[in-house]
Amino acid sequence: MNEFVEAKVDFKWQEPKKTYDVIIIGGGGHGLAAAYFLATRHGITDVAVLERKYIGGGNSGRNTTVIRANYGIPESVRFYKRSVDLYFQLEEETDRWIMHKQKGLVWLAHSEAHVRQEKARAELNTALGAETSYVTPSEIKEICPQIDITGSGQWPVLGGSYHPAGSTARHDRVNWALAEGAMKRGAHIHQRTEVQDLIIENNQIKGVVTNHGKMYANKVLCAVGGHVTSIGDMAGLRLPIRTHPLQAYVTNHYAQSFGPIISSTSLYFYISQTARGEILLGAEIDKQPSYSYRSGYHFLQTCSFRAMTMFPFLRDLRINRQWGGVCDMSADYSPIMSKTEIDGFYITSGWGTWGFKAIPASGESMAALIATDETPDLIAPFSLDRFKRDRTMADRGSAGTH
Amino acid sequence: MISINCPTCGKRPLSEFHYGEILSVPDTITDDEAIDLDRAFMYNNTEGVKYEAWFHAYGCRRWVRLHRDTRTDEVIDIDSV
Ligand SMILES: Cc1cc2nc3c(=O)[nH]c(=O)nc-3n(C[C@H](O)[C@H](O)[C@H](O)COP(=O)(O)OP(=O)(O)OC[C@H]3O[C@@H](n4cnc5c(N)ncnc54)[C@H](O)[C@@H]3O)c2cc1C
Ligand SMILES: [Zn+2]
Repeated sequence: MNEFVEAKVDFKWQEPKKTYDVIIIGGGGHGLAAAYFLATRHGITDVAVLERKYIGGGNSGRNTTVIRANYGIPESVRFYKRSVDLYFQLEEETDRWIMHKQKGLVWLAHSEAHVRQEKARAELNTALGAETSYVTPSEIKEICPQIDITGSGQWPVLGGSYHPAGSTARHDRVNWALAEGAMKRGAHIHQRTEVQDLIIENNQIKGVVTNHGKMYANKVLCAVGGHVTSIGDMAGLRLPIRTHPLQAYVTNHYAQSFGPIISSTSLYFYISQTARGEILLGAEIDKQPSYSYRSGYHFLQTCSFRAMTMFPFLRDLRINRQWGGVCDMSADYSPIMSKTEIDGFYITSGWGTWGFKAIPASGESMAALIATDETPDLIAPFSLDRFKRDRTMADRGSAGTH
Repeated sequence: MISINCPTCGKRPLSEFHYGEILSVPDTITDDEAIDLDRAFMYNNTEGVKYEAWFHAYGCRRWVRLHRDTRTDEVIDIDSV
């Protein structure tokens, strides 16, 4: 045991019941947060979270934990800003140490076009309260002394944007804190419980069929990450989602010295140092849709090559571990938090490569939607019917990698 | 990792190929507007066995058709088109 493994989380496991007020499919961050906020904000505790493996075993325990608000469209900035703020208070609220750490985040621009883009990002985000400023190469060098500002002579840094609120947190601890908070108020979590079908009568959700039999509820939330299409099929819903693998890796442990989170707009990689001292690297999704969790050598090779261009010190480091998750990529690169055509059936999806930072705000908003059946203003732009209404929330430039 | 055995070039690394989706709107969707919506935004996103097209961009520059299990990335079948 060490400080990264929480030995004292107080999970109160219960026997499954036949009927609940609310059933949540998927025990990732988004499902657990919905249960947590239903209990703490609405007093709704007759809730079951059904997880087919173990809680946090999906993307919520596999991500690179970047938390930031600096997105490309006003609706998104407002939403993610709320989530960043909730993360700042999550330790105090849950009384659990989630190892939240503010690091500051820089997007590097390597071309005139990207300089304009980062200047626009700074303006838009600052105007909406998510402070971001334009920074020069020498300011970037001050924020991150390890960077080769010439990009090995190939990818010179012309400028960038700096978002001081950029943070990270220990993903497992976030999942556990939310699970514990929900369970100690009475919510049930059932692991190894897979939803295999939905029970729908007269267009109203009635419950789910699991490997342990049927369970009934008039409100059901689907929060299954990359596996959303299978649940959508059970409901007869067509979804604007494709599932792509995303990989990441860490080096051996080194002394703490790398302060910020740095991402490159042209080279599509990002880098930070974990609390254990590992250098953590990630990049873009695999190009083909897939549900395979296997990671591969090609990713290690291309990501390392690009990262070494900007950070030559990486050459001397050893790679310790790599892994992958499967991401629910939406057609417009923005999330879907919504009612559906089926009464009582709600969905939180399209979290792609960017949904860890959204866990608190999505949980808070989905809990409000489920409790009141009214869509909070904060998430109204992210409804599923936006595609039909031709009101997509296109933001590929901000959501590509983390 | 997907391994593609190109009918023309033999076994080549995945990075030589471009992925191509074979789009199809399910028969159950008949309304014209719904068909347009589906074509524009919706995906089959099969969790299981599906057909797809890959273009051998850095090889013979021909399309190959793959029959792949998306859960395991196992290639079941491959042919040229
Ligand atoms: C490598 C990687 C790096 C990432 N980096 C970042 C980052 O830096 N910042 C950021 O904000 N986001 C990041 N993300 C994205 C983020 O991890 C996800 O968007 C987020 O965790 C999604 O949470 P979720 O609860 O929706 O899904 P998940 O955490 O995947 O949870 C879904 C759960 O549903 C369960 N499930 C599936 N089907 C069923 C079923 N039929 N019955 C019951 N249970 C079922 C699964 O087992 C799983 O536990 C990254 C993702 C990956 C893979
Ligand atoms: Zn070929």
